[in-house]
Amino acid sequence: MIQFLQASKRYPSGHDALLNVNFEMQQGEMAFLTGHSGAGKSTLLKLIALIERTSRGQVIINGENTSKVKARRIPYFRRNIGIIFQDHQLLFDRTVYDNVALPLIISGQPPREIARRTRAALDKVGLLKREKSYPITLSGGEQQRVGIARAVVNKPSLLLADEPTGNLDPELSWEIMQVFEQFRQVGVTVMVASHDLDMIKKLGHRILVLKDGQLIGDTAQADQG
Amino acid sequence: MKPSADQLFEDVTSRDKPGIATSIRTYFLRHAQVFFYSLGQLWRTPFAMLMTAAVIGIALALPTGMHVLLSNAQQLSGGWEGAAKISLYLKQKTTEAQAKKLANKIHKLDEVAEVEYISSEKGLEEFKQRTGYDTALKALDDNPIPATLVVTPDLRFNNAEQLEALAKQLGKYKQVDLVQLDSEWVQRLFAIMDIVSQGIVILGIMLSIGVLLVVGNTIRLAIQNRRDEIVIVKLIGGTDAFIRRPFLYTGFWYGFIGGFIAIVLVFLSLYLMSGPVEDLAGLYQSQFALHKMDFGTIITILVLSIGLGLSGSWIAVGRHLREIEPR
Repeated sequence: MIQFLQASKRYPSGHDALLNVNFEMQQGEMAFLTGHSGAGKSTLLKLIALIERTSRGQVIINGENTSKVKARRIPYFRRNIGIIFQDHQLLFDRTVYDNVALPLIISGQPPREIARRTRAALDKVGLLKREKSYPITLSGGEQQRVGIARAVVNKPSLLLADEPTGNLDPELSWEIMQVFEQFRQVGVTVMVASHDLDMIKKLGHRILVLKDGQLIGDTAQADQG
Repeated sequence: MKPSADQLFEDVTSRDKPGIATSIRTYFLRHAQVFFYSLGQLWRTPFAMLMTAAVIGIALALPTGMHVLLSNAQQLSGGWEGAAKISLYLKQKTTEAQAKKLANKIHKLDEVAEVEYISSEKGLEEFKQRTGYDTALKALDDNPIPATLVVTPDLRFNNAEQLEALAKQLGKYKQVDLVQLDSEWVQRLFAIMDIVSQGIVILGIMLSIGVLLVVGNTIRLAIQNRRDEIVIVKLIGGTDAFIRRPFLYTGFWYGFIGGFIAIVLVFLSLYLMSGPVEDLAGLYQSQFALHKMDFGTIITILVLSIGLGLSGSWIAVGRHLREIEPR
């Protein structure tokens, strides 16, 4: 599902954000990506979502080599990936419903299908009753759940989350992680970048540790060895 | 329909694709929604929108109004062109028989519709009647009025150059003393109107470029205001076409409303001018009244203005959308 082969990213400033990263994730696997800020977590996620391109090496997503995806094809490539942001990235002039429906509108789904799937996604994150609210009236945790609903509404096979619980208290963070866990159980590949080591360890999934752009720890390999 | 969370993951690996007919219907439905959504967005700030539309309207009203006035002038003077006649004043020694023979010869020319012979006696009679210099003329020994051939050119040969050529040709007959083209001043007027017409075209082109820039700048600001939204839409798989669409329709609406304002302004100006113009025409015993814009002109202005709105926003969107990428 996700394959990094000697993947490196050097920014124009000359800074090496990622250096020779190698790992592989299977369909339906869940992994945490951890490390200090600046270790390259966000860059790694950006390479997967084609927000950035590798300088050297390869990143293969769902059998597709990202360096071969033409700029024109990027939107279609991204439709198979649900992305959740620390700062939610919601549209504040539209209702919760409209925010969640946006990916379906973009991919040209018929109106009935949009209504059905949007409500299903909102139900999944427990916000069906707030569909007519505006994001600004919701709490931070609720806003994050709107972001999750939007990320999963298009039925992506890969879910990326960049510090999804960064601004939330432990209880809310735990709830959010449970939602991710549910998606993993139905076959979605989930990758979560987080520095909340205590919680990550309790959840017991694979952990990838980045330091200064290099992958210095992978619990999956440790189990095998 | 009761939503169920499980519906979301009936099958994660293969997403259901809607049929072609549904896709096409959805596509047009989406266009219609964006079409009216962009109008709704504009109405949220009616003052700002009307200011921009008014700039477009005034810029287009100016050349349009001048064009309508010019075509009025052309219509009015069009009747005069047919009045072009060529007078051939014959030499004093020419006899009546010679003159009539010449008249026959000229009549046979393709370019000539009619030739009228006016003897010097008849010419004198007419001159007396018209001017009343009766006693003054009696004091003269000889009749000073030469015999005249009045040539009416065929309507097919009625433009300035052809008349000029014909006059020159007729002047070559040895009995002809002087050729006078009665319509020279009409030709000069037409030449002036040609210049004015060219001027209006040039003015129209310059103001159209102005409209293009106004729309482009307005759309550029709209794009900058919605920068965050564009980034989000790009992140969740929105194509450039999807992002471009609302801005193009915004340009369409600016063009449409601007064109409408232009038409209203021209109608209003013509209405205000029609009274004084009729008064002036009355002084010349003329029934002339200002013609309003015809349907064709109205449609042309609307199409042109919508086209300018669309191309202005197209240029702006093309230039600025590429700069906005998720980071």
